[in-house]
Amino acid sequence: MSIGPNSEFHSLLRFQTPTVQAEGQEQAVPATGSHAPRIELHTGKLSKLMDFLFRKSLLTCSISVIAVMALFFYELITRSKLSIARFGFSFFVGNTWDPVSGDFGALPFIYGTLVSSLLALILAVPLAVGVSVFVTELCPRFLRGIVSFTVELLAAIPSVIYGLWGIFVLAPLLHTVVQPWLSQYLGWTGFFDGPAYGIGMLAAGIILAIMIIPIIASITREVLVAVPQSQREAVLALGATHWEMVRMAVLRNARAGIMGGIILGLGRALGETMAVTMLIGNRPEIAKSLFAPGYTMASVIANEFSEAADDMYLSALVEVGLVLLIVTVIVNACARLLVWSVTRGYSARNNA
Amino acid sequence: MPSVSRPLSLVRRATNVCFVGLSGLAALLVLAPLAAIFGYLVYKGIGSIDWAFLTHTPRPVGEAGGGMANAIVGSMMILGMGSIIGVPLGIGAGVYMAEFGRGRYVTFVRFTADVLNGIPSIVVGIAVYAMVVLPQQHFSALSGGVALGIMMIPTIARTTEEMLLMVPNTIREAALGLGIPQWRTTLQVTLRTASKGVITGTMLAFARVAGETAPLLFTAFGNQFWSVKPNQPIAALPIQIFSYAISPFEDWHRQAWAGALILIVLIVAAVSAVRVVTSRGNMANNA
Repeated sequence: MSIGPNSEFHSLLRFQTPTVQAEGQEQAVPATGSHAPRIELHTGKLSKLMDFLFRKSLLTCSISVIAVMALFFYELITRSKLSIARFGFSFFVGNTWDPVSGDFGALPFIYGTLVSSLLALILAVPLAVGVSVFVTELCPRFLRGIVSFTVELLAAIPSVIYGLWGIFVLAPLLHTVVQPWLSQYLGWTGFFDGPAYGIGMLAAGIILAIMIIPIIASITREVLVAVPQSQREAVLALGATHWEMVRMAVLRNARAGIMGGIILGLGRALGETMAVTMLIGNRPEIAKSLFAPGYTMASVIANEFSEAADDMYLSALVEVGLVLLIVTVIVNACARLLVWSVTRGYSARNNA
Repeated sequence: MPSVSRPLSLVRRATNVCFVGLSGLAALLVLAPLAAIFGYLVYKGIGSIDWAFLTHTPRPVGEAGGGMANAIVGSMMILGMGSIIGVPLGIGAGVYMAEFGRGRYVTFVRFTADVLNGIPSIVVGIAVYAMVVLPQQHFSALSGGVALGIMMIPTIARTTEEMLLMVPNTIREAALGLGIPQWRTTLQVTLRTASKGVITGTMLAFARVAGETAPLLFTAFGNQFWSVKPNQPIAALPIQIFSYAISPFEDWHRQAWAGALILIVLIVAAVSAVRVVTSRGNMANNA
């Protein structure tokens, strides 16, 4: 991060001039009086009080972050008590989801969430690492800004628009081109088998992959940049090729951070709702073929929450949400710790 | 021949070319869907945006025509309420972490904010449903605002903190040395120096929640009719796009594309404005 000392100085000057002039109209510090010498400002009782209030109100703001997290857990646990008490552990291994008879097992949703997220990771990780290496190590300078800005844009597209595009562009493309090809050449594996509708687990995995690439790529870029330049120079000086330099000096040093980025991407994929709901087919089944429709934890909540009539149904859906909350908190905590452990020496505080 | 001047082996050279090429290919593959999505959005959306789309409310199910005027206004209302909640809390938390916080407490807040950032938006929706909608007994625009506001807090807090930490300590010391009380130093010197970065963070958080659908599904709920009452269900652009996209009607599909184009234009405008403002200024990160 580059900070020109001159510009900082200017902004300080900019600040001083108007404030000194506006002294007389300053309403917030009447205790010092409009004619009081400026130097006494900080000794006034009122400004001490203001300092105190200022500090406490900021503290309250920071407590709000923790309060929100605590409230989430509190609300979800109290609202899902009914279902936790009734089903216990069988909630996680039960195969039936039958609101009519009041029997709830979340296994198909857990399966769908895990499979779609893993599929997304398999597709996204090589691409995301590739694009970060390209941006930080290999590409010409003028392309660097453009490529990283475009990847950022990818992160700014709302989930519902990915879903829209998935329904009308990706799914037909899969249906007419990709799936026939896959079933012809890879059908024997069992993963690309059966009727192909376009919409299904494969479509959900692909759209998720596109959505998590920017997250993995931006963290990876951050940790690649944090690798000291001297490491690269040392390896190059030993006669390594460009790729060998990237592999030995850069990727090896950044391993933990990249892992953190991948886990962060996983966290996003697990909880992603709208695009997946629009593309996965929404059928609570466990099928080996990726062509078959599935259902995820997030999409069952999105589809059924507002029509859940009785308490047990609602409670079961909240429990699905609670599971999602706990899993994503754990996943994100791990990812953050990993990323912090790598980039700590390069944080803004040290640069300031 | 001495080993120093030995030319690179063919294998090493080939591997090098191969992997450099692969990473370029990865960049292309990542950019391809972006081009495809934007291309389609413009192609499908631009022909569908007309005066009626911007000024009319939706027609009854299955009838052609009508527009998303209520959804556009509804989205702005929800986002406005969300910003009123999220921006002060987020900036306040960020300032506290950067300026006053030392030790374990701040590390804990920072960590919680980061984890909160990764919580699925649908979970935020459930929690706000339990906190606001259930006691109120009905869906409301306000609850949608609360949901989006909560989602803005951690993002804004973390970027504010990072931006303030980039302000050199000498500036704070200079202000305090002139006898300016702490609160004014923080507000008028430190925050002001970092204002560009803080605004960037706020706009990015705004752009991020602007397209959120999942937390609104059972808070703002959506509304086919014109409504601007904060305690009634309200229409929102993302919800409208979602329900039109999964509907079986050709005309609604058309309107979904149009709505999506408007939404993305708003978001991209916000992000690029931020990019332009920051790249000109002194706080630009040299990414």
